[in-house]
Amino acid sequence: MPYQPGDRVRIRVATPSGHYWTPTYIQGKVGIIEAVHGAFRNPETLSYGGDGRPKQTLYLVRFDQTHIWAHAESAASAPFCQNDRLLIDIYEHWLEPAPPRVSKE
Amino acid sequence: MHEHDTPDPHLPLAEDAGLTYYEQRVEAIQALLIEKGLLSADDVRRAVEDMDARSPAVGARVIARAWVDPHFKQHLLADAKAAIATLGIDVDTWSTLVAVENTPAIHNVVVCTLCSCYPRSLLGVPPDWYKSLNYRARVVKEPRTVLKEFGLELASDIEVRVYDSTADMRYLVIPQRPARTEGLSEEALAGLVTRDSMIGVTPAREPQK
Repeated sequence: MPYQPGDRVRIRVATPSGHYWTPTYIQGKVGIIEAVHGAFRNPETLSYGGDGRPKQTLYLVRFDQTHIWAHAESAASAPFCQNDRLLIDIYEHWLEPAPPRVSKE
Repeated sequence: MHEHDTPDPHLPLAEDAGLTYYEQRVEAIQALLIEKGLLSADDVRRAVEDMDARSPAVGARVIARAWVDPHFKQHLLADAKAAIATLGIDVDTWSTLVAVENTPAIHNVVVCTLCSCYPRSLLGVPPDWYKSLNYRARVVKEPRTVLKEFGLELASDIEVRVYDSTADMRYLVIPQRPARTEGLSEEALAGLVTRDSMIGVTPAREPQK
């Protein structure tokens, strides 16, 4: 289990053949590990007659809405606000380490 | 013969047009399984009956207990299935479950953008809107707009947390206990916990005056 809560991760960008459990809207985005759910059989092989092994660790990953969609406003009528978050379950083989946040020049 | 603009109300109700491709495939597979003796038509009927018999009342009972018993609530937040098992509810066949708590500072709402994953054991059959492309596509992108359409307007300093349950986990929202419910029995409290409040698109019901 290489990732711990608090780690920054990037969701891989990929289009494997068949069904996969990582929506495209979150691919390429950087989030923070919120929780580690444990190991589950990999649905990407399990659903095609395989045994789903090796198991994949499933993580809950937290993203700032402003990072995903890049158009937050502060008004109460906005589609989302500055502090709003999205949390999504992602299997480990879809994660890669993200460099620590660096302040802009 | 007189032409009618509207269908003749005396005509017998027609069957829907033929089966779709997938309906035909499911029927063929079911017929094969029955023919090979792997299951019976009654097994299928019973499974459907069990599924339809589940209702949000199970979830409401769990939430009401969490409202009155802080230790139970902590257990529910730490290990939802184990906590629910202590109520005598059989959780053996359930998917892994995570409970998330609404507070004055945080509002949680659940979706499955990839399909329609839903804690059926606790909430029964999901409502049609939960499965609609409209809800699934929009609640991750404009959660406050969607919540407003459900009648819920949240102050901008409340953190909205959208859970996209795409995988093996199911999510249950613990709504906030409504004000002025101190004197209510656990059973009466359960009556305030609605299906939609456990998905996170509304608060729990206010008690009647």
